[in-house]
Amino acid sequence: MARGRWLFIVTFLVPPLLLYGVFVVSPYAQAFQISATDWGGLSPEYEFVGLDNFRRLLDDGYFWNALRHNAVLLALLPVVTIVLGLVLASMLNVGGRRDRVGVHGVRGAPVYRIVYFFPQVLSVAVIGVLWKEMYAPNTGVVNGTLRAVGLDGLAKPWLGDPRFAFWCVAVVLLWSNVGFYVVLFSAAMQSLPRDIYEAALLDGAGRVTTLVRVTVPLLWDTIQVAWVYLAILAIDGFAVVQIVSDGGPGYASDVVGLRLYKTAFNESQFGYASAIGVAMFFLTLSVAAAFLRVTRREKVEAG
Amino acid sequence: MRDRVVPVFSHGFLFLWALLTTLPLVWVAVSSFKSDEEILTDPWGLPATLRWDNWGRAWNEAHIGRYFLNSAVVVTGALVLTMLLGAMGAYVLARYRFPGHRVVYFGFVGGMMFPVFLALVPLFFVVRNLGLLGTLPGLTFVYAAYSLPFTVFFLTAFFRTLPSTVAEAAMVDGCGHFGLFFRVMLPMARPGLVSVGIFNFLFQWNQYVLPIVLMQGEGAEKRWVLAQGLTALAVNEGYRGDFSGLFAGMTIAIVPVLAGYVAFHRQVQRGLAAGQLR
Repeated sequence: MARGRWLFIVTFLVPPLLLYGVFVVSPYAQAFQISATDWGGLSPEYEFVGLDNFRRLLDDGYFWNALRHNAVLLALLPVVTIVLGLVLASMLNVGGRRDRVGVHGVRGAPVYRIVYFFPQVLSVAVIGVLWKEMYAPNTGVVNGTLRAVGLDGLAKPWLGDPRFAFWCVAVVLLWSNVGFYVVLFSAAMQSLPRDIYEAALLDGAGRVTTLVRVTVPLLWDTIQVAWVYLAILAIDGFAVVQIVSDGGPGYASDVVGLRLYKTAFNESQFGYASAIGVAMFFLTLSVAAAFLRVTRREKVEAG
Repeated sequence: MRDRVVPVFSHGFLFLWALLTTLPLVWVAVSSFKSDEEILTDPWGLPATLRWDNWGRAWNEAHIGRYFLNSAVVVTGALVLTMLLGAMGAYVLARYRFPGHRVVYFGFVGGMMFPVFLALVPLFFVVRNLGLLGTLPGLTFVYAAYSLPFTVFFLTAFFRTLPSTVAEAAMVDGCGHFGLFFRVMLPMARPGLVSVGIFNFLFQWNQYVLPIVLMQGEGAEKRWVLAQGLTALAVNEGYRGDFSGLFAGMTIAIVPVLAGYVAFHRQVQRGLAAGQLR
């Protein structure tokens, strides 16, 4: 019996561990090692250069430019997405009629919940190509709409203008994520007892007050998780940026992930690219740690 | 008064966001039937006739058909591999105690913390050294491997919730460890498997960075997946001016996924929400 048990454990654990070890664990471990070399990838020869790659990173204007864009995304994307998500979710669930019977959701809420989720099931490649075409100067629907309503003056080569390209990309990231959080917050709100909202109504609380004083505190855990996810997304942003603007014009919408990709696969500087990857890893880790610290402090104050 | 105005505002705002979500998709679908002429002159105009030949051109000449098939093959294989290996690992971790148990569990779950970018460069060489660069099996293994952390995490929690009385009864009836897993536990875990399966399907179907890194090299374009083929089409068709073909290709990529989602929207939303709240 005992032998059968061991045989079972080993046969069930070894295949997943093997796959995971070869394709996930070993690359992650090697990344740290490669980041300390000057490896060009073509020859097997390389030299250990210690922290040289990281020193070079500190002086690399292109890296800082890309990092600045990620920082702007990090500051704005989670907050704007969560606020929009919460507002729309509130409208769906308690935005309808309020009468003696209580608080109602709006009519058609199930349909909205289906439609809002669309971008979430589309692949990022589809979303990227879709928006790239929408921003196209002559054939795009953005300028087409502006011209149709007589605002010809506002029609622009959106992605060709360094002042707008980054914001155009940011809009795509927002567009593709809001719907998911509406559905997520909406599901969380539905699990709350309805009398809470009815009590708020009886106390004469307006809709904004209800949202800020009732919904946000009750959904706080969900909001925290959402923030961490959106923050990770903001530090990445690679796929949308690469497809929509390819970081251009010039470097006007560059992000760190795209810098890494181009350094590695266009310029074959694998050592330096790995150093960018390591920097991204510690960045993600410290953002998550800092966030958890801040929210913990808030909890203490509230308690 | 205010109580009458606010619902109107709510409706208006909700409807506006619904329009913002759907109109781009409608625009792509409508444009896929237009001629290049019509696309160039009026982005919002309707097609004079339904030009299905755009679709044929995208499917055959732009190879969207082939890319679609490649995606289907890779995701099917990877999904089967992920679910099988993930369920096996998770089951052992959930219901057996052995030395090194915690190390293995946290080894798997810890993988969720690392950004995939960190692994990109070494992964390229691991796959190349195995001779799997630019091949469908290579991409299949990689998709499955990167789906394991969440799958193991989710299913371990799920297997722990299953009642152990059933397992004990089956053991008393002479059911072995293997039989217990395949005949009793796996069927009981079906709701969990469906949720995590949907999550993994979308994760793998929507991959972008892994295929563009791993499907390089000579002749690899024959084995490109949909995401890659579509972006390449966007770049090429822009030069050649075949806009209608591009829109048809996008519509072909959008319709099946969207149709599948609308049919199973409840399960899909539940599966993705479960992935978020891990």
